[in-house]
Amino acid sequence: MTMYPRKFDYVAVGSVAEAVEALRATEGAKVMAGGMSLLPLMKMRLLSPTTVVDIGRVPGLDSIEDRGDHLAIGALVRHADTAANELVRTHAPALATAASLTGDVQVRNRGTTCGSLAHADLAADQTAAVLALGATLVAQGPSGTREIPADEFFVDTLTSALEPDEVLVEVRIPKGGTGSAYDKLGRRGGRSDYAVAGAAAWVERSNGTVTAARVALTGVGTKPTRARGVEEAIVGTDGSASAIEAAARRAVEGVTVLEDLYGSEEYKAHLAEVYVARALAAALG
Amino acid sequence: MSTTSVLGGIVRRREDPALVRGKGRYVDDVKFPGELAVAFVRSPFAHARITSIDTSAAAAMDGVHAVYTIDDVRHLGPVPAQVPIGTLRPLLADGTVHHVGEAVAMVVADDRYVAQDAAELVVVDYDPLPAVVDLEEALRDEVQAHEGKSNVLLTWHGQDWWPGVTDELVDPKPQIEEAKAREDTVVVSLRMTNQRLLPTMIEPRVTVANWNGGYGAFEIWSATQIPHALAGAIGKIFGLPSNKVRVVAPEVGGGFGAKLNIYPEDILCAFASQQLERPVRFVETRREAAVATIQGRGWVGTATLVGTRDGKILGYELEAICDMGAYSHNFTVAIPALGLFVAPGQYDIPTHYELHCVVTNLPTTDAYRGAGRPEAAYYLERIIDHYARTIGMDPAEVRKRNFWPPDAFPVTTSVGLTMDSGDYARNLDALLEWADYEGMKRRRDEARAEGRLVGVGLGTYVEVCGFGPSALAGLGFSWSEYGMPSAFNGSGVVRVNPDGTCTVIIGTGPSGQGHETTWSQIVAEELGIELDAIEVLHGDTAESPFGVGTFGSRSLAVDGTAAFEAASRVRAKAAKIAAHLLEAAPEDIRFADGGAHVAGSPDKAVTWGEIATSAYQPHTLPEGMEGGLEATAVFSPPNATWPFGAHLAMVEVDPDTGNVEILEYWAMDDCGNVVNPMIVAGQIHGGIAQGIGQAMFEHAVYDEDGNLLSAALMDYPMPTAGDLPSFKLNRTTTPTDVNPLGVKGIGEAGTIGSAQTIVNAVVDALAPLGIEHVDMPLRPRAVWEAIQKARG
Repeated sequence: MTMYPRKFDYVAVGSVAEAVEALRATEGAKVMAGGMSLLPLMKMRLLSPTTVVDIGRVPGLDSIEDRGDHLAIGALVRHADTAANELVRTHAPALATAASLTGDVQVRNRGTTCGSLAHADLAADQTAAVLALGATLVAQGPSGTREIPADEFFVDTLTSALEPDEVLVEVRIPKGGTGSAYDKLGRRGGRSDYAVAGAAAWVERSNGTVTAARVALTGVGTKPTRARGVEEAIVGTDGSASAIEAAARRAVEGVTVLEDLYGSEEYKAHLAEVYVARALAAALG
Repeated sequence: MSTTSVLGGIVRRREDPALVRGKGRYVDDVKFPGELAVAFVRSPFAHARITSIDTSAAAAMDGVHAVYTIDDVRHLGPVPAQVPIGTLRPLLADGTVHHVGEAVAMVVADDRYVAQDAAELVVVDYDPLPAVVDLEEALRDEVQAHEGKSNVLLTWHGQDWWPGVTDELVDPKPQIEEAKAREDTVVVSLRMTNQRLLPTMIEPRVTVANWNGGYGAFEIWSATQIPHALAGAIGKIFGLPSNKVRVVAPEVGGGFGAKLNIYPEDILCAFASQQLERPVRFVETRREAAVATIQGRGWVGTATLVGTRDGKILGYELEAICDMGAYSHNFTVAIPALGLFVAPGQYDIPTHYELHCVVTNLPTTDAYRGAGRPEAAYYLERIIDHYARTIGMDPAEVRKRNFWPPDAFPVTTSVGLTMDSGDYARNLDALLEWADYEGMKRRRDEARAEGRLVGVGLGTYVEVCGFGPSALAGLGFSWSEYGMPSAFNGSGVVRVNPDGTCTVIIGTGPSGQGHETTWSQIVAEELGIELDAIEVLHGDTAESPFGVGTFGSRSLAVDGTAAFEAASRVRAKAAKIAAHLLEAAPEDIRFADGGAHVAGSPDKAVTWGEIATSAYQPHTLPEGMEGGLEATAVFSPPNATWPFGAHLAMVEVDPDTGNVEILEYWAMDDCGNVVNPMIVAGQIHGGIAQGIGQAMFEHAVYDEDGNLLSAALMDYPMPTAGDLPSFKLNRTTTPTDVNPLGVKGIGEAGTIGSAQTIVNAVVDALAPLGIEHVDMPLRPRAVWEAIQKARG
């Protein structure tokens, strides 16, 4: 019933190194960027960090850079910026769309793309997009930085591959491919609110044949997941409506589908097929 | 646009510049020195015996001033209720908890963080008991929600709902049965749920109580719809005269009926303040609001309709189980009766109602925007649609064949109430023509031919509101439990100040509806004083005349009329003063442009300032006239008012996902005369959004143990502007003679008219698949599952 957090310390750091040091030195410390996921959990006392390490004022983390073969999105880039950024819209439309459908206006103006990824909610939008885009997540810890492929990043519900003393400093989106797209059914119907089910797709097509594809689901299982059966099925086809339909049938192959207030297992499995097909069609379109 | 020609004119809401910029004053903006905060220990069980409560660790915590349990406050009695049928709520759980979220102990501490920490240290041992959650099970009464007490509080019948009032009524049941038995009639029946809802005001409940031992008086600021009732109740409970309790409801951030209750937290704050001699504040959290504030709706029932094959309805029956929750609050069991009052809707049809009011181990239900009337309109309008489809007749045509004709008014319905005025066919025709109903149906049919699931839905309603009459108080709606006079009157003071400005003081207060603008318009029109020179004070029991409260779409019809009548009296006196000053006859005085002049001689004029100055200098007044320029009026309406309307929606269903999109929404409402069309439109907008919220999004979902699974807004989807189409609104005007302004009430109409309109449209879209009904909320899952089932 509470909406008041337990007592905690707060430190606003000036650099990522300071943040890492604060996380290392303090048992139970949590890093905060936009605070859109962390603060509600603290208010409901589902999470009670001893110290909140605020990286909100660290300079240099709020840009989206074109680094030749990939885009780099810094830890403080807001959802609204990711959604509106021309580079992201050009090279990673799945992520731009997913960011534009995250939360509401206030959340998008405050919350960060990297924060949403690190939070690893099972029904978040951008998680599926970075999986489909084959992104790399860069974590900085006491012994320097390491690169984590998106496929290894989402471990379980609200659990990422980050160590307690690591900060997600950027996400790198490789350029390339023919197209990408994201679509979902939201909890309020349409595309509003958390995903009841959503899918992101990235494809590469050459001479009319789909040569590579990555497809990811969100909202249907315990974590965002690649739909590898779909990828297998669509590669080598002409990407036609019938090929998409056939591939989409394998949407939840190997995926543990969970029931919630918004969908039975059967419904969610069905929606996974519908949105895989829609995302694929849009990516190929 | 600035204007002084105000009645019926669009005047921008005068309160908004403060409210929309965050400069309005709400209870939590008003701080007292030395305030303490409270937190509650609430039950995790829906039904359990409390075997022990250990408050010692909490009480020992730094910053904690007191921890109270029922033993400390039992002498104060339960929370008062206006209709005290059923178990009244103890201030804190007394031996047994009866719903999840029931308050068991209260911690008072330096601030809300410490209070919450301490609340976690209170150890309560429970011995769980079986919980009654399902309404059918509640009605079977095999397991009791309150041990040793029947779950069935009462059953409302259509024709004997009040001894003395309904004695002469004939139960049409035999007549309906006879019609059913005829071979040339059609009988249709649907079992439908009208789900539980959380009121979810943007401002949850807030109360701060400040006991001053020196003066022996309470000052209580509370976000309430009924400040005078709260003052009365506190006085009664604490044994204080009414003038020793001041309650102020400043700006209130939405109420929807949920703040039309006195809650244990209000009384407990007063108690703690008296004990500790410190101001004590309760600020409800959003999650507390989901379990500790009243909830709405919660009916499951079967509607049956019998009629001829050519559209003549011969009888309508509803048998429903109505969920009262664990305790009776203000109206609780009376809410279904409000549905009963409008059971036959706009139709001249024999109506038989049986509403079983049952107790469950869930939070209490009470008035929630519409309160009984949306439920009634929903069941009736859904079954009429079903009947129309069954006999293959256009649903608009079926309705028209059964409306009360305009010359029948005033109409006494088959449940024994008299409706003031109505012109239903004109209203519906106006809607159908304006919205191009025929064209809409054509577009639907074209879409269907392309394989799309598009539907058109119609819904009508009659509302009873503007309560009065005061005689209602004699029908068991008694405020005496609150230490108040039992009446449903309105009251207002209009005072012209010496500088010619005007102050209006109303015994109730708005919770966002725009009363300040509306009352100003009424008074400005009557006095010819500029709108900007009028200030409206409200919600303060120390400065206002006794007022009943703002609820049941009654404020304009009752309090607004009182303001009008007070202004008329001031005008009459001012005319005499002006006549004296201008050496003219009072009947020749005209009011305009901020003053008075002699008819035909605009140069012979005085300003309101000159008139008022004279009034406050009695030696300048006519011989024998008392000084001052103000009047108090009390308006006691002879009847409630009966607004009505018809709504029309076009929707499309995505067959792959079950997602419903509202393509168009048209509403033709009739609330009699209108003071401010923009405020009326705003009320209809919000009302429709709330009705669509029920139709498509909102649902208080409980598991079998009585746990609320949708306590956070994350799991309780509220409609937002982005989810809704742009509503098209229009009006017909059928004035009432119940009050001199001819106004009816519009606060709840949108909610009462909209849920069935949406469901009718969605069912129309799904009808080609053979689907006859889908229960609300029409979330994609529910619609998709209905489609799957229909497709086998």
